[in-house]
Amino acid sequence: MSATLEVRDLTVRYGAVVAVDRLSLDAGRGALAALVGPSGCGKTSVLRAIAGFETPAGGTIRVEGERLDDLPPEKRRVGMLFQQGALFPHLTVLENVAFGLSRGESGRAHEALRLVGLERLEKRRPHELSGGEQQRVALARALAPRPRLVLLDEPFAALDAPLRARLREEVRDILNTTGTTAVLVTHDQEEALSIADQVSVMREGRILQSGTPREVYEHPVSEEVARLVGDANLIEAVVAAGRVDTPLGVLRTDAGDGACTLRVPTESLRVPADGGGAPGLIAGSRFYGHDVVDEVRLADGPAIRVRLARSCGEVGAPVRIALQPDRYLIFFKDGRVATATA
Amino acid sequence: MSEVPLAPPVASTLRAPRNVRVSPFTRISAVAIAAFVSLPLLYLIARAAAAGPEAWRLHLLTWRTVELLGSTLSIAAAVLGVSIAVSLPYAWLVTRTDLPLRRFWAVMGALPLAFPSYIAAFTTVSILGPRGALATAIGRPLPELAYGWSGALIALGLFSYPYLYLLLVAAMKGLDPLLEEAARSLGKTRAAVFTRVVLPQLRPPLAAGALMIVLYTMSDFGAVSIVRYDTFTTAIYDAYRGLFDRTVAALLATVLALLTLIVLAGEWMAVRDFVPGRGRPARPPAAAPLGRWKVPAIFFVSLITFATVAVPLTAIGGWCLRAIRAGTGRFTFAEMGNSLAVSIAAALCCVVLSLPVALWAIRGGERLALIVERLTFTGYALPGIVVALALVVAATRLARPLYQTATLLVAAYVIRFLPEAIAATRSSLASLSPLFEEAARSLGRGRFDVLRRITIPLIRPGLLAGGGLVFLTAMKELPATLILRPTGFETLATRIWSESAVAAWSAAAIPSLLLLLASAVPLWALVIRPVIGKDA
Repeated sequence: MSATLEVRDLTVRYGAVVAVDRLSLDAGRGALAALVGPSGCGKTSVLRAIAGFETPAGGTIRVEGERLDDLPPEKRRVGMLFQQGALFPHLTVLENVAFGLSRGESGRAHEALRLVGLERLEKRRPHELSGGEQQRVALARALAPRPRLVLLDEPFAALDAPLRARLREEVRDILNTTGTTAVLVTHDQEEALSIADQVSVMREGRILQSGTPREVYEHPVSEEVARLVGDANLIEAVVAAGRVDTPLGVLRTDAGDGACTLRVPTESLRVPADGGGAPGLIAGSRFYGHDVVDEVRLADGPAIRVRLARSCGEVGAPVRIALQPDRYLIFFKDGRVATATA
Repeated sequence: MSEVPLAPPVASTLRAPRNVRVSPFTRISAVAIAAFVSLPLLYLIARAAAAGPEAWRLHLLTWRTVELLGSTLSIAAAVLGVSIAVSLPYAWLVTRTDLPLRRFWAVMGALPLAFPSYIAAFTTVSILGPRGALATAIGRPLPELAYGWSGALIALGLFSYPYLYLLLVAAMKGLDPLLEEAARSLGKTRAAVFTRVVLPQLRPPLAAGALMIVLYTMSDFGAVSIVRYDTFTTAIYDAYRGLFDRTVAALLATVLALLTLIVLAGEWMAVRDFVPGRGRPARPPAAAPLGRWKVPAIFFVSLITFATVAVPLTAIGGWCLRAIRAGTGRFTFAEMGNSLAVSIAAALCCVVLSLPVALWAIRGGERLALIVERLTFTGYALPGIVVALALVVAATRLARPLYQTATLLVAAYVIRFLPEAIAATRSSLASLSPLFEEAARSLGRGRFDVLRRITIPLIRPGLLAGGGLVFLTAMKELPATLILRPTGFETLATRIWSESAVAAWSAAAIPSLLLLLASAVPLWALVIRPVIGKDA
């Protein structure tokens, strides 16, 4: 898979503030690359620099081998999908979709609308559409001129949860059908993990880790990434002579001694039937339908979150919590990463 | 388990210099416009400076200058006093009390804005003058009330207070009643609450309104020339008309321009340290019951409305009838046509020229853009007669073919009123998300195409409002029109002025009525309704 987008050492500054710091990013042909990170991490600046709305202080941007840096936005053939759609309110749906096409290409506008399943709405105005329809029209508009790359800037953030989940699958499918390369920017890790081929975790202008969703989720390279991705408990611990002492019990490791953080995914904890494990009190419970996350305050330690099929008891009730037998990541304060076995 | 640490939001709070959004063409245009607007003034100052110390001593260090300073500042102070005395209680009555028919009185309070100063002066002298309507009615001559200082005070004070009044109405509607309730609950009387809580919050509108009224009075030419009260503006006009050498006029105009700058600096000092309250009030203020003060309050607003709306309209109507009956209404459609032509041309020019300045200021936002925008306000702050004189001096030296053309007149209107269009364009651009323009760019459209197909259609209401405001003020403009019009080119304003100056009341009445009618719609739609709102 050859890279369609190649970003090298991109730097974006606002006055003295460095928003993007020598960032490199690739997206293969037809792939969906996601940039995920907290708000203000610089991910939107990366997108705006690729689109041509921000002048980078350094670095290069190539699409299909062509350097984009000196081209104005309209010459880049890079489509963009914004959070609120940004449909032109004074134009109809069809006029919006045809906006990027030349005069003789009206067939293409209908085709793009058909692609998102909205050809019946072509005469409507944007304010007469629902949020989801607006985003689909915006996607049709972005895809109509056959861009080499589509940039998606938090395109689902303004939608309510069920629609968000459905629409992102739809967008994923449309991008697949058309073979369009795309970069998605989101603060929602679930969104990034569920539809992207490749996820880059960003913080303070840098990419901390890039990889497939599974790699990033299961093998974060640092405590920082572990905090940003996945829903894990990060528990302070100490390694001494191959033992990892934690409030949840003792684990074994080959790593050398030192203070560390143990990563325990919420789904890796259980309530043992035999009365083993660490004692604690149920401090709270959050019901998600398909499962439940209980917060348990351990008798001698921090509060931890436990994902279970059913709640382990009433709030305030005593409970015992144990680790599933498995391998867990430990992050040392000096940057080493190792595994420990429960 | 600790919270996920979030990096401080960078892009959203910092206003980044978004250089890519504004084209070099836009920037160069904006700089050229700012230069065009401010250069005549610089030329005037250069001319005055070049006259040399001998000329300064001869023409400026005189008793005459002291007299002019005294007459200009004393009338400005008196007009300001009358305006505050009228608008503060009036605005409070129509916004914060249970005065019956509040909305009606609120609109009436703003209506005198429709009368240009020379029509106000015309009605003053035609009613109160020695040969005026009142003298005729009671059968004996009146004291010289309508001329000189007292005449100027009536004409300017009673008809310029709405500038302050509208600002006060807007501010009083935005006051948070919670603050007043808090003060009442701390044991303060209603009067104490007004002086210690309400008035301090009204400092910015008071300062801004006072600035507008002082500038309006200092720069007025129409009213003071009709009531024969000498100020800097009339002195400049006489020097310009009477002397072949324009040095004296240029020197006096420079002094008036300096005076204007001092007033502007004063207003800035007055509000510099003001800390605004937080946001919009949670609920509208409760109407204070007037109780036994209801009748005096109704008497007060009726008296003001009678004097500033009913009397002038009746007078103009009466003079019109008399003119029609006697067949003396010397009116040609040429004046109406001329007024409309130059005002519409000025409005169109201002709207077009406002685009690059506002685009750069809003979409660029860097320091230079804001400086350029400020520079375009030069001509707006200066008296019309100063701008006109500067243009005459500059045009005779630098652009001789333009002298004595309607083009130069339109240029003067643009220099004077461009900021009205810029402010409107600017605020509608500021509320238009740049995402629309970015979406259009990423769809392969160039800057000019985006401006034409996206930006302009979406900010059209703002462009219309700005153009309408320029049209309104240009229709009423007098001093620059008098100085710059080609020989024989009469507008409604010049006709009203010249007929009033020779006490030809019925000849002035028909153009006055036409001018009032032509400005009624933009005045209502653009000035009065936005402030008074649907519910006063």
